[in-house]
Amino acid sequence: MIIDLVFFAFSGLLLLAAMGVIVSKNPVHSALFLVLSFFACSALWLLLEAEFLAITLVLVYVGAVMVLFLFVVMMLDINVAEMREGFVRYLPVGALVAVIMVAQMVWVVGDFAGDTFNGEALQQSVRHAADYSNTKELGKVLYTDYVLPFEVASLILLVAIIAAIALTMRRRSTTKYQTPDKQIQVKRNDRLRIIKMDAEVEK
Amino acid sequence: MDALITQALDIWYLLPEDWQTLILIVAKIVLILVPLMLCVAYVTYFERKVIGAMQVRIGPNRVGFFGFSLWGLGQPIADALKLMMKEIVIPTQSSKFLFLLAPVLSIGPALAAWAVLPFDRGMVLTDINAGLLYILALTSIGVYGVIIAGWASNSKYAILSALRAGAQIVAYEIAMGFALVGVLMASGSLNIGEIIEAQAGGVSNWFVWPLLPLFLVYFISGVAETNRAPFDVAEGESEIVAGFHVEYSGMAFAIFFLAEYANIILISALTSLMFLGGWLSPLEGLLGADHILGTSSIIWFFGKTAFFIFCFLWFRATFPRYRYDQIMRLGWKVFIPVTIVWLFVEAVMVVMQVGPWAV
Repeated sequence: MIIDLVFFAFSGLLLLAAMGVIVSKNPVHSALFLVLSFFACSALWLLLEAEFLAITLVLVYVGAVMVLFLFVVMMLDINVAEMREGFVRYLPVGALVAVIMVAQMVWVVGDFAGDTFNGEALQQSVRHAADYSNTKELGKVLYTDYVLPFEVASLILLVAIIAAIALTMRRRSTTKYQTPDKQIQVKRNDRLRIIKMDAEVEK
Repeated sequence: MDALITQALDIWYLLPEDWQTLILIVAKIVLILVPLMLCVAYVTYFERKVIGAMQVRIGPNRVGFFGFSLWGLGQPIADALKLMMKEIVIPTQSSKFLFLLAPVLSIGPALAAWAVLPFDRGMVLTDINAGLLYILALTSIGVYGVIIAGWASNSKYAILSALRAGAQIVAYEIAMGFALVGVLMASGSLNIGEIIEAQAGGVSNWFVWPLLPLFLVYFISGVAETNRAPFDVAEGESEIVAGFHVEYSGMAFAIFFLAEYANIILISALTSLMFLGGWLSPLEGLLGADHILGTSSIIWFFGKTAFFIFCFLWFRATFPRYRYDQIMRLGWKVFIPVTIVWLFVEAVMVVMQVGPWAV
């Protein structure tokens, strides 16, 4: 009973927050609604006994990705009125995408998909004991059966990291900065030139 | 009196079981939070006294109770009362809801993390398997308080400072996470109780020895994560007005400070749990379990935590402030490589069964 109540509370929160993401005028508010929806989603995953995934969702998406995302959104100078101009123009495209997505979800979750997602199959899921470690089980599978895809994914991430650093590592020739050791080693003759000239006399 | 107790017990057993669990949990939360908030208040007093002593000053010594000065012990209470009386000024054109939400978001995670910290064997609110992950996740969301406070203030100074502080917190979080991965490898468990039991057997079995670099990285990153001196560029009391909370006043401002001190206590407690064996006695095995110094108890945990809190204050009185680019260099180019290298060393030690991993 209580689990059902918690489930409906967090699902409702998730739906409201997701609505907030697309409805709010201010992009920072949208980003914060997205954070809230991640939280609600993570609570739902906890109810499914997927505590590793739930906490990782908060750790990675809320703790790192959305922080950087907020940084970008806060620094942008966004004109809200300008953003709303294209609404009617883009509406058909958006509606088309939405219809396709809903159709796909109905196809997968609905009765068409055999017994993967229908009610009977779902009720058979097992409740594990309190000492069952979700993290350990995931780790076992990840480093044995799926080790190759896992390593490929990590390699792709590594490439992305190096690419991001390479993109920002540019040294402009016009940048001026001090090199203290050169400043110390400077001799008088590098800076000063004594010339001989006749005295100038004003006429 | 006895009749009263039996009557109360009768009422208690009449309650449905769900209610009993709920009331017990709430009671435990209150039992953790009330002493914690008192500690937070008195850490401010402790800080002023310690730094005063280090700078050959007296520190607060006037405000006491009922006419007795009592070494100034009434100071935190008086400060709290003063701050509660003050007006909370909300800047014009600011986002009011977020402006008031930010202090809550900054103190919430610092308090919620205590749910999985064990004080003694079995003395813990929730004994979950993924305790370490929970801690990592909660400490990572503390940064929202800073960022939202800066943005909602509708002030250039506040938002620039929020970006600085946010970047600093995110950078040091990575090093802290890696350091905790080392603890996880050494103990083989994400449950904090089991991490401590893995360090049993006297001071030589504590993780601080095989994981010495990780311990140093973790604690120094903890100082940077809480925006404390010498990494307090977000505030820089002697140089700039204040940081992301420049527009805050009264209790809303005070809550940021409470959050900072709650985070200090949290980081100190975590360091003592992860690396110094928490409630375990250092003389275990030397003195035998029946000697008072040989038994593990909550007192050891408090003692170790208090030592780290003292270190925070000691750093503040000792070190000059880092420059911002030096902070970022230290975080990204020194600490993160050090932790990664030590994780490799540790992995080799585990495979070769060297040191604490000898079978």
